[in-house]
Amino acid sequence: MSKTLLEIKNLKKYFEVSGGFMKKPKYVQAVDDVSFQIEQGETLGIVGESGCGKSTIGRTMLRLYEPTSGQIIFDGEDITTGNMTPYRKRMQIIFQDPYASLDPRMTVGDIVGEPLDIHKISSGHADRNERILSLLNLVGLNSEHMNRYPHEFSGGQRQRISIARSMALQPDFMVCDEPISALDVSIQAQVINMLMELQQKMGLTYLFIAHDLSVVRHISNRVGVMYLGSMMELTRSESLYKNPLHPYTQALLSAIPIPDPNISRARHRIVLEGDVPSPINPPKGCKFHTRCPYAKDVCLEQRPAMAEIEPGHFCACHKVSEDW
Amino acid sequence: MSGELLKIDDLHVSFFTPAGEVKAVNGISYTLEHGKVLGIVGESGSGKSVSANALMQLIPYPGRVTEGQITFDEQDILGMPIQDMRKLRGKEIGMIFQDPMTSLNPVFTIGNQLVETLMQHTDMTKAQAFERGVEMLKLVGINNPEQRMKQYPYEFSGGMRQRAMIAMTLSCEPKLLIADEPTTALDVTIQAQILELIKELKDKINSAIILITHDLGIISDLCDEVIVMYAGRIVEKGSIDDIFYRTAHPYTQGLLRCLPRLDSDDKDPLIPIEGTPVDLVALPDGCAFASRCEKCLKLCLKHQPELMQINEGHTSACWLHAIEKQEVGA
Repeated sequence: MSKTLLEIKNLKKYFEVSGGFMKKPKYVQAVDDVSFQIEQGETLGIVGESGCGKSTIGRTMLRLYEPTSGQIIFDGEDITTGNMTPYRKRMQIIFQDPYASLDPRMTVGDIVGEPLDIHKISSGHADRNERILSLLNLVGLNSEHMNRYPHEFSGGQRQRISIARSMALQPDFMVCDEPISALDVSIQAQVINMLMELQQKMGLTYLFIAHDLSVVRHISNRVGVMYLGSMMELTRSESLYKNPLHPYTQALLSAIPIPDPNISRARHRIVLEGDVPSPINPPKGCKFHTRCPYAKDVCLEQRPAMAEIEPGHFCACHKVSEDW
Repeated sequence: MSGELLKIDDLHVSFFTPAGEVKAVNGISYTLEHGKVLGIVGESGSGKSVSANALMQLIPYPGRVTEGQITFDEQDILGMPIQDMRKLRGKEIGMIFQDPMTSLNPVFTIGNQLVETLMQHTDMTKAQAFERGVEMLKLVGINNPEQRMKQYPYEFSGGMRQRAMIAMTLSCEPKLLIADEPTTALDVTIQAQILELIKELKDKINSAIILITHDLGIISDLCDEVIVMYAGRIVEKGSIDDIFYRTAHPYTQGLLRCLPRLDSDDKDPLIPIEGTPVDLVALPDGCAFASRCEKCLKLCLKHQPELMQINEGHTSACWLHAIEKQEVGA
């Protein structure tokens, strides 16, 4: 298709949790050896349960966290180390909680204008105001909102402000870290539509992180499923839903309630036993084997590698690649 | 077993804040029969939790029931003295809260909390109560229940805590179980476990259940009847098939189509409900949904529609139905 905008290779991010004085430190293996590419103009969705490392990936890609090892390549340049300032303009993020990610002491105008000030984009006061205004218009707000404070806005409007702020520098790439999970159902659709519209208008590339599979399916071209810091399956969104290969993906899909009584009555749900193991001490072998209904001896010993099962459909599972 | 277990009549709840009277619940009425599962859907601020808390006299200060009647099992709940209410809570009406992290006491063991509930409401001895507690934990699918009884809530995962909470609630075999967003704080695979558990237990214990949620998927999975709330009022009420297949109220229609479905293919833009929910301090004279409704009439802005019958057991509060009826009549 088109060119690769961003690529990560064997990315790892471990967080140290203190074992105490003179004790060997332990590590939370939040992201453990993940590789993928994002093409220009596409939306890659990342889904997974809490603690699977999906947000950590997004933040590490922007170097908000320093990666433990691995490589991040943005637009052909290795940005794993070195100064990020030139890239900040091109890579932005929208956070989950619009109540925590806006400074309550700043007016909306200043919040949206701050990136312009930091990167010295605007030429003078009038130009700055004009830019802020056009950004607010872009997300469906107007000039009367400019001098108000975040507490005067509802959740959905705050998320709009947050989007306006990240659009201020006209980025190429945006990480959307659960941008709608804090919002009411009727407001979610407004924000999803706006994100998709902005993508079309501005040619943006998204990494869309969420735990809601139906939303991810709607917005993404390709979807990656993560479990305990590892990528389990990665493919085009239609084939993930029509033909899920990994047992975890299958269980995850069947766990989502569908708002249609006839379908809910008819369908059989795969219920996974137990809980997600601790990422401090993840299971040996395949990380999913403790809950996998198909697990065999080989799964306990050997970690399955990501393999291309069909063109463009990657899956890390012994059962799938060896076809039991 | 059938017959009326719970009857709510014209319930009003308000919170008296410095900013003014927040009308959280504005005149809702419904009945619930023994053994039925009633779902209440609505967005945050629609009054769904407040109306359920009123059943337990658990409205926090500065809130107050300003009008209405609640009859549970032929007893008047709102006029009941606090001592009698204490006997009812936990024994006759059980409640599962949204957040299992904060609804268990962190400084007592799970066993301790289970035994306390049982000893409070039955004449079991401590040993009997302990045994019953072990049984209940087993029932909700917790392994090694004897050992688990001696553990503290922090030693349980989120899903386990919610299971323990359910065990505790069901241990006295309540006639009514109120589940207030029981799975919102949980991951989807754990949510599936809990929903399967509730489904399974529903048949075993024969309690009536009120399930409060914002997720229509969960409703379609579990409920017999559904109430849709908006701005403290019931906008639509009916059987599960009425609500999903013969949807009458524009708000319910909007809710059903505004989110992408897992089993649909199209990538067309979603159809959102425009605007934002109303301010409960300054409710409009007319229909509260009017400002966001695409079918809004002049009438809707001035007069509040009452619930109108669409079919047997299916009612909806919208002026459009009155107009349709008139056209059919004329």
